[in-house]
Amino acid sequence: MKKVGKFNVLQHDLVPEHHVVPKKDEDKVLSEIGIARDLLPKISRSDPAIKALEEIHGPLESGTIIKIIRKSPTVGYSVYYRAISSEVFK
Amino acid sequence: MTGGISKRIYRIQFALLSPEEIRKMSQVKVITADTYDDDGYPIERGLMDLHMGVIEPGLKCATCGGKVDECPGHFGHIELAMPVVHVGFIKEIKTLLDATCKSCGRIKLTEDEIKSYSEKFSQYSFSSSDPEIIGLMSKKVTDEASTRMVCPHCGTQQIKIILDKPTTFREEGIKVTPKEIRERLERIPDDDLQFFGLNHEVARPEWMVLTVLPVPPINVRPSITLETGERSEDDLTHKLVDIIRISQRLRESRDNGSPQLIIEDLWDLLQFHVTTYFDNQTAGIPPARHRSGRALKTLVQRLKGKEGRFRSNLSGKRVNFSARTVISPEPFLSINEVGVPEKAARELTVPVTVNIFNIDHVREIVARGPEPRDEFDKYLAGVNYIIRPDGRRIKLTAQNAEENAKRVEPGWVVERQLTEGDIVLFNRQPSLHRMSMMGHTVRILSGQTFRFNLAVCTPYNADFDGDEMNLHIVQKEEARAEARIIMKVQEQIMSPRFGGPIIGGIHDHITAMFLLTHGNPLYSEAQTVHMLSYLKLDKMPPVEIVNGKKFYRGRDIFSVILPDGLNLKFSSKLCSSAKEKCEFEDDPLDKEVYIVNGNMTHGTIDEAAVGSFSGEIIDKIFRKYGSEAAAQFIDRMTRLGVGFISGRGFSTGINDYDIPESAIARIEEISQQAIERTDKLVETYRAGQLQPAPGRSVEDTLEIEILSTTGSVRDESGKIASAFLGLSNPSVIMARSGARAKMLNISEVAGMVGQQSVRGGRLNRGYYGRTLPHFKTEDIGAMARGFVKSSYKEGLNPLEYFMHSIGGREGLVDIAVRTSRSGYMQRRLINAFEDLKVDDSLRVQDTVGAVIQFKYGEDGVDPTRSNKGETVDVDYIAFDLENQEEVQ
Repeated sequence: MKKVGKFNVLQHDLVPEHHVVPKKDEDKVLSEIGIARDLLPKISRSDPAIKALEEIHGPLESGTIIKIIRKSPTVGYSVYYRAISSEVFK
Repeated sequence: MTGGISKRIYRIQFALLSPEEIRKMSQVKVITADTYDDDGYPIERGLMDLHMGVIEPGLKCATCGGKVDECPGHFGHIELAMPVVHVGFIKEIKTLLDATCKSCGRIKLTEDEIKSYSEKFSQYSFSSSDPEIIGLMSKKVTDEASTRMVCPHCGTQQIKIILDKPTTFREEGIKVTPKEIRERLERIPDDDLQFFGLNHEVARPEWMVLTVLPVPPINVRPSITLETGERSEDDLTHKLVDIIRISQRLRESRDNGSPQLIIEDLWDLLQFHVTTYFDNQTAGIPPARHRSGRALKTLVQRLKGKEGRFRSNLSGKRVNFSARTVISPEPFLSINEVGVPEKAARELTVPVTVNIFNIDHVREIVARGPEPRDEFDKYLAGVNYIIRPDGRRIKLTAQNAEENAKRVEPGWVVERQLTEGDIVLFNRQPSLHRMSMMGHTVRILSGQTFRFNLAVCTPYNADFDGDEMNLHIVQKEEARAEARIIMKVQEQIMSPRFGGPIIGGIHDHITAMFLLTHGNPLYSEAQTVHMLSYLKLDKMPPVEIVNGKKFYRGRDIFSVILPDGLNLKFSSKLCSSAKEKCEFEDDPLDKEVYIVNGNMTHGTIDEAAVGSFSGEIIDKIFRKYGSEAAAQFIDRMTRLGVGFISGRGFSTGINDYDIPESAIARIEEISQQAIERTDKLVETYRAGQLQPAPGRSVEDTLEIEILSTTGSVRDESGKIASAFLGLSNPSVIMARSGARAKMLNISEVAGMVGQQSVRGGRLNRGYYGRTLPHFKTEDIGAMARGFVKSSYKEGLNPLEYFMHSIGGREGLVDIAVRTSRSGYMQRRLINAFEDLKVDDSLRVQDTVGAVIQFKYGEDGVDPTRSNKGETVDVDYIAFDLENQEEVQ
């Protein structure tokens, strides 16, 4: 559970929604967007949003697909997918 | 074209050159510091030894026997008397010395640590893993080893090594010689090298300390012969001479047992020369200089930076089939054309491959020779060279033209001179967007300059104060097709930045259209015929008979250039800038433009209708009728504009800014009031009675109050002045139609220049507490802080003039700073984005196929095709349909 007094970045206005795509739906998502998993954009394991998701879902393994719903000036809401990577981006 | 891909690079390995390898690839051991003997013949075993290649015609390479252009050059080598460190590897040497034991050479890790780390390292092979990851791991391990002060293997107490930049190592203040360093590096066992990210098979650390120096081939450092017959050697050769000389002296001193001090001095000197041979800008040592005082350009300088090999010669190359000259305007050319001077056209050629279909035509052109003209002495395209199938080039002259015309057969290539209608690329630097390089069709003109339609100034950001532009002749059929279909000016009318036209009327075009249509004036038959004589047209506009004479309406004349069936409704710029009440508000005819079925019925044509960046009419014609119709409209509009304004005349002068005495007095009065109000504010502030605005200090509040006072007085004076300057005033016409300048500029000339500012605040720099010694210290009144109450027309007093210069200078500095910064930012962006592409499914990918965006711009809309960023303009489609029905 959430530690007392710890700030959840996902609740911030400027942070887009991050959702973990369930294991069983991953193949469906990948075939829908027609992309191999290793070609997906990455998100670092050390990303604050992933850390916040891990608080809820427990540890997430590399390659887990994250669905990100962003506000967009052109289409209202746009959906983006990222795969968790253990790399640390500088 | 001959040749193809003969070899492909499969992989690249980075390694160190070992001394043996340097000797093996060397063709000659260089021992003499001299270059040529008295007869100008290369000295054997000298720096210009013939074994290292040839640069003089007539001589043959002693290694491969090749002549000047055949021999690729060969390396030589210099045996250094004593070892010296390589500046490029200083960091690596430091880490190696830090992390290994000074006596046994093992890495300072315990056996257990070595075992666990080598397991980790063995997962990553040198040939296939990311060097960055290996580097990161290596840094962690070596950092850990470096902190150990006792060797876990032999128990020796370690002494900290300090790097005395750039190339000296010290242990407790005592110098460690390169020889000693090399010995320590030699002691490091192969197995420990993996922790440093080194592959011991190709990179032994002791190779980072040089004992042998490769001498680059002569082709790399050619000497040049001056007109006087004097030889001038390359900078690298100069440096190598120094190295050999010092090395020799060092060897002699060492062998005949000179004092240690002298040997050490020479050794340091050798180190200096070798260091500057690699990099002459090493921090901490003075750069080696030429006799003239110019710093030598050595190896690193050849590669690095904007003028270096990479950016200057590999990323950017000079090209053939191009021309550059000054540009000038030519309103009678289409926007798709470019005027090329005859002189340039004679030099620039297009290759024509001869086949059975064009052979007769080609023979005819070849027979004309290199400088043909027709019976009116007009330019005709000739031929400069003929290329035979075996690659031999035949220079065509007036004498051999007839004869060569007969020899031409299918398969030959004829280099034909530029001719009217050829497609070429035209470019102006800085090439900041794709419209900086567009396809034009050629018109051959007399004169010395490139010429083009004024509407194309905007995309190139060109003017004619001495600008030069480049012209490139497209050499292949595919490229010509691409240039015609996607690069031609008419295809670039729509800007990818905002989805509107970037090409449109400027300055006089807009003024002319405004005068022509505003108030729908009547023009006599003579006037009308004059302006319409600039256009090709099949019917005259509808005539209006007044007092038995023929007259034509301005809007009807404008309608002549509109395509049939165009329906359009929009507001002109005329009143868009008016904050409060617009003087034309109750006359909707002048403000709202109505075009039904290609006839303009209401409104005024101005910047919003035909200007670049905004032109509503151009936008709609492009969308409805395509690029060709849009180009034609711009051509005709600019021609009509020039025709109109050359008949009417248009000019402005200083008496256009005359306003009545009463108005001048009124402006004087309000500026005096503003100064008094400022004084009063200062007084209140001094008395400590000024109430601070929320969230601001009292000082800030005072400044803001004063700024708003002086700001409003300038607006006020502008209003007073412009009340007397109506739409009959040329400057006002220009400002209101959007042709040039703003109303603000007019009020500066006629009314008051107003408060000058630096960084958004009043002027406050200069002497202690004051801007100029003409004021008392701590005077923060209006005049002391850059308030200019005069107008440009009236003239500024010296103090005002000075204040105005300060404000003006800030603007100039801003521009200088901004361009360099945005230029570098643009460079980084271009490098980051250069190989991204959008595929058929609108996905943005890089070269590997990794996704950047799932749908381009998230909505998949090409901004070029969008309607100012929106996908569709439903209102316009409805309006268009509505009016089409009416017509039917």
